[in-house]
Amino acid sequence: MSNPQTFQIQEISAHPGPVPGEGTRREEEVCKYIDVTTCIGCKACEVACVEWNDHPFRETTFDDTYQTMPSTEWNYWNLIKFAEDERDGNLMWLMRKDQCMHCEDPGCLRACPADGAIIKYENGIVDFQQDNCIGCGYCISGCPFDIPKFNEKTKKVYKCTLCSDRVGQGLEPACIKACPTGCLHFGTKSEMVQIAGLRAKQLREVSGFANAGVYDPSSIKGTHVIYTLHDINTPERYGLPKNPVIPPSYTYWKWTAKPIGLLMAGLGLLAVFFHRVSVGPKLPQPEPPTIETGPREEIEAGRKETP
Amino acid sequence: MSSPANSFDEKARGEFAQLGKTRIHRGELLRHPVYTRFLHWSVAIFFILSLLTGFAIYSPWLFRWIAPLCGGGARTRALHPWFSLVFLVFFFFQFINWVAPMAWTAADRRWLGRLKQYATNEDRLEAEEVGFFNGGQKLYFLAIVLSGVLFLITGLLMWFDNVVGRWVVAVSYVVHDLAALLMLAGLIIHIYEGTAHQPGTFRSVIDGTVTEKWAWTHHPAWYRAVTGRDPRQAYERERRRQVERERVIESWEREQDEREKLNK
Repeated sequence: MSNPQTFQIQEISAHPGPVPGEGTRREEEVCKYIDVTTCIGCKACEVACVEWNDHPFRETTFDDTYQTMPSTEWNYWNLIKFAEDERDGNLMWLMRKDQCMHCEDPGCLRACPADGAIIKYENGIVDFQQDNCIGCGYCISGCPFDIPKFNEKTKKVYKCTLCSDRVGQGLEPACIKACPTGCLHFGTKSEMVQIAGLRAKQLREVSGFANAGVYDPSSIKGTHVIYTLHDINTPERYGLPKNPVIPPSYTYWKWTAKPIGLLMAGLGLLAVFFHRVSVGPKLPQPEPPTIETGPREEIEAGRKETP
Repeated sequence: MSSPANSFDEKARGEFAQLGKTRIHRGELLRHPVYTRFLHWSVAIFFILSLLTGFAIYSPWLFRWIAPLCGGGARTRALHPWFSLVFLVFFFFQFINWVAPMAWTAADRRWLGRLKQYATNEDRLEAEEVGFFNGGQKLYFLAIVLSGVLFLITGLLMWFDNVVGRWVVAVSYVVHDLAALLMLAGLIIHIYEGTAHQPGTFRSVIDGTVTEKWAWTHHPAWYRAVTGRDPRQAYERERRRQVERERVIESWEREQDEREKLNK
């Protein structure tokens, strides 16, 4: 018996009237939308993340900023990055919530050599399965956002799960629930793109940020975490790559060139085998004289062999 | 390369000769002493272990087959660099042992020119100038040295990826694979030449000896160096002896047959 909650019901036996929820369509792709323009840097999302995922509060490095620590860590998946910028000669504080972007084309997954260590759900969440992780760290190199982090003790890599355990139960991620200003949103991808676009338009037309826009980079086919930025042309100011790319090592090389190399090795084995079968061995010389294979000699040889 | 026998790692060879021994029968020559054999197999074992654990990580199509053999993916990953380091240590000593006789000469360049005849078995006797190692063996040695260095550098970069950038790791990943493919191509040819293609060769790394026939066929200049005899004359003499032997046996058999007929 399957769990009726995971399926859309079409018909119910002996049920009078219409089936509840009949014809309902649910978009599968989820998305987190972060409006950096309304973030106040309170770090409630950081606390919520640590709490929900049951991480201990780890030691930090103080580096003269308001940031909790220099970068996300294997057990600290959500970090507000504080960048001090300038606007019209005044300080402009850029606060951006940094976490896994849940790319549509995930570099970590492309790079991973271990079967089943990284999976991407249909809803767009990219999740690490530490049971299958071999600790090679290729995902770290494959990620354009410097998100996966290695744990020296367990020799495994960890990162934000987009609270897949909560989302699977129909709840929003923990960080979303904790945000006091409403700068964090969660919903379907198309809804979030729409809200983000509206906000960007408002920033452009009302708030005087002529270059405001939505960060949903197409170089990795979009992400399941999107931002509205004051200036979409310089995402580097927020610590975001303008054109995030997966190294070709984990795309063309790994998935095209390497299988060809393997095939060549296999052909090489076949080649030496058939070389031996067709060309024959190199015997120390002198070897016994070979029988000439002209027609007359063959007859001669045949005559000699039959008693 | 006037006297290759003098340019090996003689000190280590002397010490190892105390630990093991090589029995050389009549008609045989000492090819690889105990020390060289020990190094060869130490290098071989750890190379195969590195290759196996590396192959598991090399391709998703191999992971599910090979990783379980090495104790699972995580253990495969943990063992691979250590197997490889031991391989490199042993190969370092093999490098010291062999660096002099592996020196590239004009004779090796000419050997490469005859590669086609070599591969098609057209040259049944190697050219007289071919010494302890031929050009192909030297190329394989060079390939191991080159890929060994590449393996070490790129391997360390990927191992300690927390101190280098992601693009350094990504480039190392490709170079490491290229080194592996180069090494693998050499290995396939090496094993084939040493076993199936050239009968009488494999015993040189097991028993340490080869027959004189083998020596003047495949490494004539080395044969001349260790025996002081001319390889071509030795070959001619053996050929005449073979013909003579067959002739004598045949006439003896005919004699026997006729005697049997008379007795009936």
